[in-house]
Amino acid sequence: MTKTADKSARVARRAVSGGLRLAPYMFLVPFVVLFVVFMVVPIFIALYKSFFSIERSGLGFGGSNNSIFVGFDNYIQAFQNHEFIKSFGRVLLFAVIQVPIMLAFALLLALLFDSAVVRFKRFFQLSVFLPYAVPSVVAALLWGFLYQPKVSPIVSILSHLGVNAQFLSPDMVMWSMINIVIWSVTGVNMIIIFSSLQAVPRDIYEAARIDGAGEIRTALQIKIPMVSGAVMLTTLFSIIGTFQLFNEPQVLRSITSNISASYSPNMGIYQATTVGGDPNMGSAMAIILGLATFVLSLVVSVATNGKKSTGKKKGGK
Amino acid sequence: MSNAMPLGATTQPTRRSTANAAGSSKIKAKKPRKQRQPSYTAEGGERPALWARSITWVLMIAVAIYFLIPVYWLIVASTKSTGDLFSTPGLWFANLNLIDNIRALTEYDGGIFWRWLLNSFIYSGVGSLLMTLISVMAGYALAVYKFRGRNVVLAAVMGSMLVPTTVLAQPTYLLLVQLGMSNTMLGVLLPSLVYPFGVMLGFIFASQAVPVEILEAARIDGASEARTFFSISSRLLANGAVTIILFAFIGTWNSYMLPLLVLNDVKLQPITVGLAGWNQASQTVPGLQTMVIVGAMISVIPVAIVFMSLQRFWKSGLAAGGVKA
Repeated sequence: MTKTADKSARVARRAVSGGLRLAPYMFLVPFVVLFVVFMVVPIFIALYKSFFSIERSGLGFGGSNNSIFVGFDNYIQAFQNHEFIKSFGRVLLFAVIQVPIMLAFALLLALLFDSAVVRFKRFFQLSVFLPYAVPSVVAALLWGFLYQPKVSPIVSILSHLGVNAQFLSPDMVMWSMINIVIWSVTGVNMIIIFSSLQAVPRDIYEAARIDGAGEIRTALQIKIPMVSGAVMLTTLFSIIGTFQLFNEPQVLRSITSNISASYSPNMGIYQATTVGGDPNMGSAMAIILGLATFVLSLVVSVATNGKKSTGKKKGGK
Repeated sequence: MSNAMPLGATTQPTRRSTANAAGSSKIKAKKPRKQRQPSYTAEGGERPALWARSITWVLMIAVAIYFLIPVYWLIVASTKSTGDLFSTPGLWFANLNLIDNIRALTEYDGGIFWRWLLNSFIYSGVGSLLMTLISVMAGYALAVYKFRGRNVVLAAVMGSMLVPTTVLAQPTYLLLVQLGMSNTMLGVLLPSLVYPFGVMLGFIFASQAVPVEILEAARIDGASEARTFFSISSRLLANGAVTIILFAFIGTWNSYMLPLLVLNDVKLQPITVGLAGWNQASQTVPGLQTMVIVGAMISVIPVAIVFMSLQRFWKSGLAAGGVKA
């Protein structure tokens, strides 16, 4: 509390001395310029482009391609494009499966690392976190090898056990990708939850123990509510991340035919812009994806705030 | 946007000045363990039960195997010749062929692999250093001054943290085409300099680490604001800056969609795009699989080294507010 009061006092004092008025703007200029050019302008360009279409045949314009205004045609076409709509369903399903599994896993690990039961914590924590150092493209390449029967030790071990694993079959390929994502991101989320567990004052646990609560009960009734904020934050970023799915399917596509060129919305956008040669359509699709992501994060944010306030009430009692 | 609040909330443990921010977080990580261990025995037999400990052991070993085996396999596979890769058990070494593999990798396509690695270092190294300077300056301005437009900038920063970089990849590509920067190094480098999460971290670190008295003193001594920043505040912010550099470095090292769209010239591509291209080609070009494996192994090493050696920084950074990599 004193901290914030202190801060506003300092800010106020700053404002009084008039010669400093320009300084903050000078410090901000590089960021603001780059922000406008590379975050704001692209959105407007994409928006603008999405309302045009390129007319290929040279009707009266000497064969040159010219843009014509088509209104919402690109959007209508995008919504009528079954593959594009299906790709949204796919990433949604992907998120619904992957995010809860991964977060439950991360939360369990964080709770274990925070408890007294785990030995060699540093080693185990590092091994969980190690995949964060592996770029997601490389992670996909790596697991791609582990999924291919010709080279994979996993497939050969499983076949010795009598299981015929086909990680890249049409039914399995989504699960295989979910596994790659879980492998890559569990560590980061575990550390975020773990840090917020470590920030909980220890006397609360002492009190709980004196009241006769065991480790498990403490974990369920005290620790989990205490870190609900961190868990919600990781949920939000995980869902946003899943909607942007691109690297894993794009890389795995080269080793299996069971991932279509428009498997995820981002792949559809990439496809339309490059191979499809229709950047205008790509822009319309990118705008749709952006809006969908925005709406989704808004929904999750609202849910987050609801959860948090109830959590606070519980803590206050 | 309201999600910025939990960010602030989680920073509480690392609020002291930078000099001991990282150090104290290290101590903090250990302290509770030391305190609690004796208290279990002191309270009499409240050590976790044997069954609990056994289950945890089994679970932990399974977890470690799951997370480590792919990397272990990568190391083993990178030492094998193409023949051995397909004919010997995957989880154990055969004839050590690593040196030959690296030689082959170096010779392949005129050493393009090392060019990719160099490109990645340029994109990530130069990019993250510049980006950190820009972000710290912006975060510092937001934390230390009061001025018109401050709230607008803060809101924009927080809001844009929710915009994933891949959503912007296609629009950014169109912009770069318009600017004539597609298929250039600048086209990949410049967009990576905008990193709202870095500004947010810079803002958090600056609010905690730069005491107002020092700035007042510098001002009374007649130092300009710029001089105060570069010779005094920047030192106080050094730890925070390293954290931002780390996240930025890893973020750009991993980026894939934008460079894939922007760079047609193989010589300009970063390692991710290059390796993924090889992987695709390896379905038809025999022997290229070994290159992909050795290349992937080598590409992980720099990040892993940076990571392991700078643990305390990313831990404090993560504590300061979730990751958006």
